[in-house]
Amino acid sequence: MLPSTKSSTRIYKAIEALEILHGGAFTTIQDLGRRGYQRFGTPTAGAMDLTSLRLANRLVQNDEGQACLEITFVGLRLVALRDLVIAITGGDLTPKVDGSPLSMWQTVSVRENSQISFTGVRDGIRSYLSVAGGIQVPEIMGSKSTYIRAGIGGFEGRPLKKGDRLRIGRQRSGLSLCRIKEVFIPRYGGKWKTRVIMGPQDDYFSKQGIETFTSSEYTITPQSDRMGYRLQGPVIEHREDADIISDATCLGSIQVPGHGFPFILLADRQTTGGYPKIATAISVDLYNLGQAKPGDKIQFSPINVVEAHEIRKSYERRMKQCIDILPRMNQKVQFHPHNT
Amino acid sequence: MYRRPRYLPAGDEGLLVEFGNEIHPDTHNRVYGMAQAVEEAHIQGIEEIIPSYCSLLVVYDPLLISFGDLTDQLKGIEKNLSHLKIPEHRRVEIPTLYGGEFGPDLDFVATHHGLTPEEVIRIHSSQDYLVYMLGFTPGFAYLGGNLEKIATPRLKTPRVVVPAGSVGIAESQTGIYPIESPGGWQIIGRTPLKLFNPIQPPHFLLAAGDMVRFAPIHEKQYADLQSH
Repeated sequence: MLPSTKSSTRIYKAIEALEILHGGAFTTIQDLGRRGYQRFGTPTAGAMDLTSLRLANRLVQNDEGQACLEITFVGLRLVALRDLVIAITGGDLTPKVDGSPLSMWQTVSVRENSQISFTGVRDGIRSYLSVAGGIQVPEIMGSKSTYIRAGIGGFEGRPLKKGDRLRIGRQRSGLSLCRIKEVFIPRYGGKWKTRVIMGPQDDYFSKQGIETFTSSEYTITPQSDRMGYRLQGPVIEHREDADIISDATCLGSIQVPGHGFPFILLADRQTTGGYPKIATAISVDLYNLGQAKPGDKIQFSPINVVEAHEIRKSYERRMKQCIDILPRMNQKVQFHPHNT
Repeated sequence: MYRRPRYLPAGDEGLLVEFGNEIHPDTHNRVYGMAQAVEEAHIQGIEEIIPSYCSLLVVYDPLLISFGDLTDQLKGIEKNLSHLKIPEHRRVEIPTLYGGEFGPDLDFVATHHGLTPEEVIRIHSSQDYLVYMLGFTPGFAYLGGNLEKIATPRLKTPRVVVPAGSVGIAESQTGIYPIESPGGWQIIGRTPLKLFNPIQPPHFLLAAGDMVRFAPIHEKQYADLQSH
């Protein structure tokens, strides 16, 4: 082999960090989303659970918006191609390293050749795996988020599969061990109370229809994905028309087509739609809702915009306070001895 | 068109300014004029503005601006919009190779209306279409225009793959597929232009408020344009 080839091979290897052994049910690369192109029909995409993405990054001292793996359901298996510092947050999918339990919500170091696997749904449905240095894929229109429908972003615009090798950027030196404080670690469960702001087309629904929407329990159906959640439950009555002249949709818009069942529009939604939107979920509750799974129950309660903004501000304050830097280990991250 | 627009909350990060409740160029001119004015005002906290047929969705950061302040500022802008001023529309020509392999449904559309394929092409390419909004997929333009004479129902069985650039008709609507996708529109031609280019800016050929016209081209022109 020529010396020049050898050296370039070495550089190449130095930045490869993870290899996918099995892609699992559905694993994509996501960040905070693609902003600024909704007027051109391009949804934001981005993490379904933005809280967990932000915290996963902070635990490894990345910028909050670095790209992470969004792991949906089970089956993902990957191998570390070098010593890595990672964190796993979000839904508890029973993560393991070389068969032993892997702690979530804290900085973890893994040795080269360790296998990380996600083996069973315990709580929630989506895990976020961050790597110190951030997962590096080309930025498409300002974001690394995968948007499957257009085949853009992330790793070749598609879910990860066996053989994919992911690279990372340079990690900060002198990483500290960090942990999310116990009181801030969410327990998702299967019942969701989602606060909403009514409208913008609540006037398309009868008084009875509004009453049904705000007082009933709905079930999340299996026809739910990154585009949105289809709900089953009592039929919501329209006043007359179940069609509007198409207008822009929001993250969290709850549209109700003619059949009367609500549909919550999420990260990969179409940016315009022709069904009336009875209400819109508030941002703070949407972040969690990324952890809702088929079969879960959801109830909506209306609040006003001013209340919603207060909730958002207090959420951002909590986000600032929720991380502990462990005093005893406020030094370079120690690696677990590799299980052999 | 309403006498005064409605300002409606769309969640805690969106404010919908609704100008009317019909598909009409005059209403859209108000939407489009407002979109331009809001953009020029550079209000701190506004993240995106998304125009559609008769409303404008303003996406904002609630940590930077309140709903009340934003509404006041938008009302101020709206008050100063001239009702008479019709905004300048950018004109975009879409070179289109009609029929043959690239427009497999042209003959069906012609037969459906007792026209020749040439007459269908002439009707389709001899008028301006206003881009009311983009949606559905990245770069897909909802076009206005008068296509009653060649309005044709969708295919009974949608195609699994419609190539990017395909020009189609569904009822009295016409549109261009920006990305390869499944689709049930009657495909009458194809443009070599890229409507969506995720890699290089400008990422989108069309924007709301543009005036579009289809221009028939021959195979040689198609090949020349494609190689550019």
